[in-house]
Amino acid sequence: MPLKTAIGPSAKNVHRKQEGKQTMAAPGYEAIQRNPKYQQLVIQRSVFGWSLTAVTLIIYFGFILLIGYAPKFLGIPIGGSVMTLGLPIGLFVIVSAFVLVWIYVARANATYDSLTRAIVEESR
Amino acid sequence: MNRFKALAAAALLAAAPVLAYAEGVEGGPKQTTNWSAISMFIGFVLLTLGITYWAARRTRSAAQFYSAGGGITGVQNGVAISGDYMSAASFLGISGLVYMSGYDGLIYSVGFLVGWPVVTFLIAEPLRNLGKYTFADVASFRLGQTETRILAACGSLVVVAFYLIAQMVGAGKLIQILFGLDYWVAVVIVGVLMIVYVTFGGMLATTWVQIIKAVLLLSGASFMALAVLWHFNFSLESLFATAVQVSPKHLAIMEPGTLVADPVSAISLGMALIFGTAGLPHILMRFFTVSNAKAARKSVLVATGLIGYFYILTFIIGFGAICLVSTNPAFLDPALVATKGTLAAIKGGSNMAAIHLASAVGGNLFLGFISAVAFATILAVVSGLALAGASAISHDLFATVIRKGKVDEQAEMRVSKVATIALGILAILLGIAFENQNVAFMVGLAFCIAASCNFPVLLLSIYWRGLTTRGAFIGGLLGLASAVIMVVLSPAVWVATLGNPKGSAPFPYDNPALFSMTIAFVGIWLFSVLDKSRRATIDRNGFDAQFVRCQTGIGASSASSH
Repeated sequence: MPLKTAIGPSAKNVHRKQEGKQTMAAPGYEAIQRNPKYQQLVIQRSVFGWSLTAVTLIIYFGFILLIGYAPKFLGIPIGGSVMTLGLPIGLFVIVSAFVLVWIYVARANATYDSLTRAIVEESR
Repeated sequence: MNRFKALAAAALLAAAPVLAYAEGVEGGPKQTTNWSAISMFIGFVLLTLGITYWAARRTRSAAQFYSAGGGITGVQNGVAISGDYMSAASFLGISGLVYMSGYDGLIYSVGFLVGWPVVTFLIAEPLRNLGKYTFADVASFRLGQTETRILAACGSLVVVAFYLIAQMVGAGKLIQILFGLDYWVAVVIVGVLMIVYVTFGGMLATTWVQIIKAVLLLSGASFMALAVLWHFNFSLESLFATAVQVSPKHLAIMEPGTLVADPVSAISLGMALIFGTAGLPHILMRFFTVSNAKAARKSVLVATGLIGYFYILTFIIGFGAICLVSTNPAFLDPALVATKGTLAAIKGGSNMAAIHLASAVGGNLFLGFISAVAFATILAVVSGLALAGASAISHDLFATVIRKGKVDEQAEMRVSKVATIALGILAILLGIAFENQNVAFMVGLAFCIAASCNFPVLLLSIYWRGLTTRGAFIGGLLGLASAVIMVVLSPAVWVATLGNPKGSAPFPYDNPALFSMTIAFVGIWLFSVLDKSRRATIDRNGFDAQFVRCQTGIGASSASSH
């Protein structure tokens, strides 16, 4: 594979470069860019990360718009209780924030880390 | 040994006002001195000074000072982040808001929480892979060092300054009520301890102060929420029903009220809270204390869980206070009950709701514990802020802008220690100067500036190839300036702080993030696209290499310091 030989210095050398204040680009990055695994990682993570961001913002600003435009909707009592629709909805927004972070971290641990390791290995 | 002597002397200096004060307490105009609170607080201070001594011996290099050598684990860092974020303002302020307005308090807590997913998905890992000590490392990775560092340092310092003043004034007021100490005494104690933690113990001591405080705060708040639930036989229905019956606002506390005036204010406030979180320098700095991107990810997961749990607790605590505090004459000011009603007649104002509730459910000893925790909370938050401010001065301004990177590590550390001391003294002076000012707008302003200057520059430097030095500099400054100007012209400052007549504020919204963020993003985009300079070509050409490191972590600054 010409790919492997095309890649520049080891990670250790790159690290030593980083010690300088004016941060230099790691040489050999073009080869990594051509690595299909890298392209896969970038696309998967970008699509997933930005989609989850969009979901977060939709949930939150949906909640905010409800407060702004339909506060009475949040005040509708549930059954015969004094509790209102606003309580489970507010709780849902809080819990959803944690669940979305958890989904991202679980997927990153399962998929992105092994992909990244493979890319780093191949770049040595 | 010298270090130990200096530490001991500083500790004595911090304790001196307490000792001196103990003599002339009785017959004072305010509260009597609360000895159980003071002794528990002294216990906390001794423990944290011990940790600072331990940390000081492990803080020799710049990497150890700024980022604890990258040796903090993901879980530890997550707890520390939650400690940084759960300020006294969010504990006492939000439970007080729930106490006064019920459901409205939830709106604030949700906004404070939802910034964290955004940090996880877009910021945490790139930050760890690209930066070393401050977020300016990331923003200036491929851009011109001088301009970008100046901008990032200004953004950081302005945010730190407003946040710090708000914390200092809050600390003085709170401690005056809780401990029966004079305002200036409280401010001096907070300032001196903050200087000691940061100059001697650096990031390692600051991290452990945050962790201890987070554990104490979460245990105290959990106990209070459990006690409230136990009181109502673990029936939420019965808790809410009692609150509705007791509160003069009745059913209105179960739905959004007057806190959020109109949709534009609501959206603008939401944007400041969400994107401001992703631009707070003392929070961003915490991601450099872990060894790699995976640990950074884990920190945010832990932090989000703890912060979310904490806000659920404050909601229960606020409703508990409606039921158990506003019905007990011991906690009310009799002179105010007739004119303002039972809720607003609470002694010391609505921020005291959680404190009085502690006394109601746990007696005097638990009251002392919660008071000490509130003090510790302020101390931990200001330490994190001071470290972030000092790093902006020493790492970004001194080492990179003034010395152009040609500086030895020890000199840089000396500058950061001097900067910490200067910031501490400044914080004390400003805290005293602002004693009788309305500083409620300052935390909001800090979030708004973070959202309008730091966040756009950071986000676009990571993800947008077209960003240039000139675009980031001009756009970032526009965001910073517009946020400050619009806040000064808003009702919160123009009317409430500067004392102009009601309705005369030139800018109608209290939180301008919607507008100032738009100005920042459009400004950065426009001046980047128009930039045809040689520097712009370098900036754009640097993107690919940066993006590879951002995604893979190859070349990221490593955990160990050699």
